[in-house]
Amino acid sequence: MTEPILEATDLVKTYKMEDVEVRALRGVSLAVRPGEFVSIMGTSGSGKSTMMNILGCLDRPTSGSYKLAGREVSKLGRGDLATVRNKVLGFVFQSFNLLARTSAQENVELPMVYAGVGAADRRERAIAALEKVGLGKRLDHTPAQLSGGQQQRVAIARAIVNRPKVILADEPTGNLDSRTSIEIMALFQELGRSGITIVLVTHEPDIAEFTSRVVMMRDGKVLSDVTQTPVDAREALANLKEGE
Amino acid sequence: MNLFSTFRVAVLALLLNKMRSFLTVLGIIIGVGSVIAMVAIGEGAKAEVQRAFDKMGTNLLVIRSGSAQTSGVRGGAGSQPTLLWTDVDAIRKETLYVTKVAPSLRQNVQILGEGKNWTTSAEGTTPEYFEIRNWTFQYGGPFNEQDVTTKAKVAVLGGTVVDNLFGNPADAVGATVRINNVPFEVIGVLARKGQSANGMDADDVVMVPAGTFAAKVQGGLRQYLGGSIYVGAATPDDTRRAQAEITALLRARHKLRDDEPDDFTVSSLAEAASARQEGTETMTRLLAGIALVSLLVGGIGIMNIMLVSVTERTREIGLRMAIGARPGDILVQFVIEAVVLASVGGLLGVALGFGVATYLSNEFGWATKIDPQIVALALGSSALVGVGFGLYPAHKASRLDPIQALRYE
Repeated sequence: MTEPILEATDLVKTYKMEDVEVRALRGVSLAVRPGEFVSIMGTSGSGKSTMMNILGCLDRPTSGSYKLAGREVSKLGRGDLATVRNKVLGFVFQSFNLLARTSAQENVELPMVYAGVGAADRRERAIAALEKVGLGKRLDHTPAQLSGGQQQRVAIARAIVNRPKVILADEPTGNLDSRTSIEIMALFQELGRSGITIVLVTHEPDIAEFTSRVVMMRDGKVLSDVTQTPVDAREALANLKEGE
Repeated sequence: MNLFSTFRVAVLALLLNKMRSFLTVLGIIIGVGSVIAMVAIGEGAKAEVQRAFDKMGTNLLVIRSGSAQTSGVRGGAGSQPTLLWTDVDAIRKETLYVTKVAPSLRQNVQILGEGKNWTTSAEGTTPEYFEIRNWTFQYGGPFNEQDVTTKAKVAVLGGTVVDNLFGNPADAVGATVRINNVPFEVIGVLARKGQSANGMDADDVVMVPAGTFAAKVQGGLRQYLGGSIYVGAATPDDTRRAQAEITALLRARHKLRDDEPDDFTVSSLAEAASARQEGTETMTRLLAGIALVSLLVGGIGIMNIMLVSVTERTREIGLRMAIGARPGDILVQFVIEAVVLASVGGLLGVALGFGVATYLSNEFGWATKIDPQIVALALGSSALVGVGFGLYPAHKASRLDPIQALRYE
């Protein structure tokens, strides 16, 4: 059994909102092994977003431990967390979060800028990443010139360009139609096959079907944690074509 | 994140809002521009005054005899002759910083020529006097040392005297004039100098050799020199040193005890010049004050727009943080943006100042002088304003919570 790449133990997160104390996480433990494709599901208020923020090193737990790639990160300061996010993680958001009026290539180069990669290297790697997501011909397009699915591909290229160990995707298909959603899931599956660990938050069961493990959350706790055989997104796409 | 990419990002961000960026720095443009223009005019005026004084000879000292005191009534400077003829030679030989020395004896005389007469001031001196005072000749030239020793009856006329005696100035050289009824040959006509420092007509004068003056114009006072001594030095600094040297030398020669006051005065034109300069100096300081105020106002404008920019770009900041920007990276990014903004304003302001100064000097003939130091100062302080007023918005941006920033609508 391989060491988990991502190991959260007894995570508790409480927010103080004015006078009311909100307990977003009430002791969540989760271990993800390298190469797993995990989806975290739950209704709004279930704590899945908070979980995602902590797993993404954007937030720190009130208590509990979180080991990322063997390193305890739950107590790190803002600067160190930024470095961890830059080197170990890749983010994909629901609303893409690309820089407007900036070309696809430059958007993809951004994480490498903060990693201190030289300009020539950045260019080369950004182009390679964009080719990998199928946008090798749209390097100069700005987000406004791209469709939603293409924008999300740029965001995925940006997430993988620094060669992260884990990709965290927060409702990556939330703003996409069902066909494009499946295309994006196919891309994730392809990345998963190349060895990257992917954790995805969604509230759509059909999206979770494409992942190999579904963690259901409710009221700040893990309700169920099921390993499954994922639906192959390429086949789903083929079926979709037949149906048309 | 390296500095070059940061600069590039800053410039691109500012270019996205060209009009807004321009309006933001307008305060700095106008502030810096007006200061550059005003200082150019001020410096120009200062240089003009300096030139005027240089023409009169700022490196010039005038030594006069002290005041006489009879029954408690004190006469003015020169009322009692205390300077000796030998003092002139002593100053020439026993000082380091004095380059030229000439005595000057004055007497009002009547002068006749071509049947007309005129009352003017006759001055007896030596050839060095013309050099000390930077006097040049329109026609002819000065008398020489030999004329002084042989008491030659030669004279150099000022422009006003020529005007009053001769119809044509060119006819003057070689003509004979009579000073107190003694015939003198005119050997030179001085170039016109206009008004002197104290408002007198500097061209209303007739110069004769000192020896001739004592023999034919005004009887001498034996060993005493009945006038003043003009001294020239190489530079303004040397002039100051020469002043101290002469004072010490003359005190020793006149055998004054330590508790006795000087029996002579050494005055310099440089003192008068520096008094004039002080006026423009005050003006310059006033302008610097205005510059400071306008830079402050411009800085507040920059801070304001940077705060707007931070708010507008909250999501961008959140994203940059999420993908690995450290708080320091964000801070530097926004500070640099403010610095670029302010510096561009400073540069445009300098250009505006140049333009206004050039226009004024071309259109109205005003003397202007652009001081590179002021330009550097203006640019430097603009950039500093950028840092100062960009720091707070940048700090605010760097303290944003990435989660909230990403969620910001």
